Amino acid sequence: MSGPRIVYNEGYLDEQTKRVVRRALLKGVAIPGFQVPFASREVPMPRGWGTGGVQLTASVIGPADTLKVIDQGADDTTNAVSIRAFFEKVAGADSTTRTDHATIIQTRHRIPETPLTENQIVVYQVPIPEPLRFLEPRETETRRLHALEEYGLMYVKLYEDIAKYGHIAKTYDYPVLVNGRYVMAPSPIPSFDNPKMHQSPALQLFGAGREKRIYAIPPYTDVESLGFEDFPFEPQSFDQSCEICESTEVYLDEVLIDDQGGVMFVCSDTDHCERTLTTRDHDHITEVNA
Amino acid sequence: MSIVIPQNLTPGFANPVRDAQQVFRAVLEALARPTTPQHVNVDMLPPAPLGVTVGAVILALCDEQTPIWLDPALRGAPEVSAWIAFHTGARIVEQVDDAAFAIASSPSTAPRLADLARGTDEEPHRSATLVIDACCAPGIGSLKATGPGIPGVAHWDGAGLPNEFLTQWQENHSIFPRGIDLILTAETAVLGLPRTTALNAHTDEKRNT
Repeated sequence: MSGPRIVYNEGYLDEQTKRVVRRALLKGVAIPGFQVPFASREVPMPRGWGTGGVQLTASVIGPADTLKVIDQGADDTTNAVSIRAFFEKVAGADSTTRTDHATIIQTRHRIPETPLTENQIVVYQVPIPEPLRFLEPRETETRRLHALEEYGLMYVKLYEDIAKYGHIAKTYDYPVLVNGRYVMAPSPIPSFDNPKMHQSPALQLFGAGREKRIYAIPPYTDVESLGFEDFPFEPQSFDQSCEICESTEVYLDEVLIDDQGGVMFVCSDTDHCERTLTTRDHDHITEVNA
Repeated sequence: MSIVIPQNLTPGFANPVRDAQQVFRAVLEALARPTTPQHVNVDMLPPAPLGVTVGAVILALCDEQTPIWLDPALRGAPEVSAWIAFHTGARIVEQVDDAAFAIASSPSTAPRLADLARGTDEEPHRSATLVIDACCAPGIGSLKATGPGIPGVAHWDGAGLPNEFLTQWQENHSIFPRGIDLILTAETAVLGLPRTTALNAHTDEKRNT
């Protein structure tokens, strides 16, 4: 006799929880950038490891979907691998590491280099959804500030950066103004990725499990990174190219390669790097054979 | 009101998990890409005069946390209330502004947008969603839609919108972030109109070619 087997509902969450998340998502899409509170449930991973993203993916995913999960651009890190395996098991969905094959991309702190399409949904894992949190700790106050569209605090913070350092010293989680109304935290993506959110053809969903908030950016929506006329927003940029695939204009990770302080710069997006390398090698082989 | 026992009720989703997911995804895409119809395919027979797609939207999104308002035609059919109560556990309310979901069986019976719960500036998400069964409804004219989810301008005939809706919608749009979100259902499709969509009558003055 085999022991009792636990059978989870498809998508792990129970249907009632999914409905709560789904209703919050619909209101989130209707009010771009507004943080909708929801009853965040326990999922089999600790708070802060992507529980918000997992609940969104679980509520959205279906048998026709192909899921890609990235953790800072990489498909092969522990968090990405285990979340992908989790959904293969509980949702029966296909998974992929290729950005262009995915219909749902759950991401921690990056937007893929490959341009997104209309058939894709990006699910961001968000640790702190409130962009004003470190400027105003009281939730009651930040809600009121959003209601009154009173974002002076944020501009003062950016101004103080300029006064102190000569430039805006925020390189990740750089605040954005969505559809000209709500200031929103884009989750800790590098400011390099901020321009990709503007008028993106893909639907972007944000889930903060510990903080119990859901928000969204519909496709083709204005997403403006905050700045001043004389000190406009400037995304991070890199002088060098990837040392594996030689891509330029991509976000690079600095990787230690020895104990002498030697480093190399490589693509943070592993899928992009692999595919660029394969295409290049293929072209190279064709050239040699020609 | 006659007592309807559950045995007389028609079934809900044949496959509750997958059907709900499919219907939700269609509604999500509909609100994310306003005026673009999204395909819905469910095999179901809700009691008349409740349409199939409207019934599917109710089953996918409603439960005991979402008070539902029904238009007089739907309220007049006790099997509809019984079907909704049995399958979702949702409470049917008399006052339209108490409802999280307002259901109209045709464009002409839709409540005025200003009468529905529109949320507050601090909690704009606590507003009602209006679902109109727009099956086979004719277009009301040539409309231009702009806003989030629409690349540039979308042209739409407004099929399924109530009469004199444009002024109501413009008022609804102007009170952003508060406001009503609208879902129109057809036989096998849903179409969304979130509060962010600006609708204007389209004038053909410049088109002389």
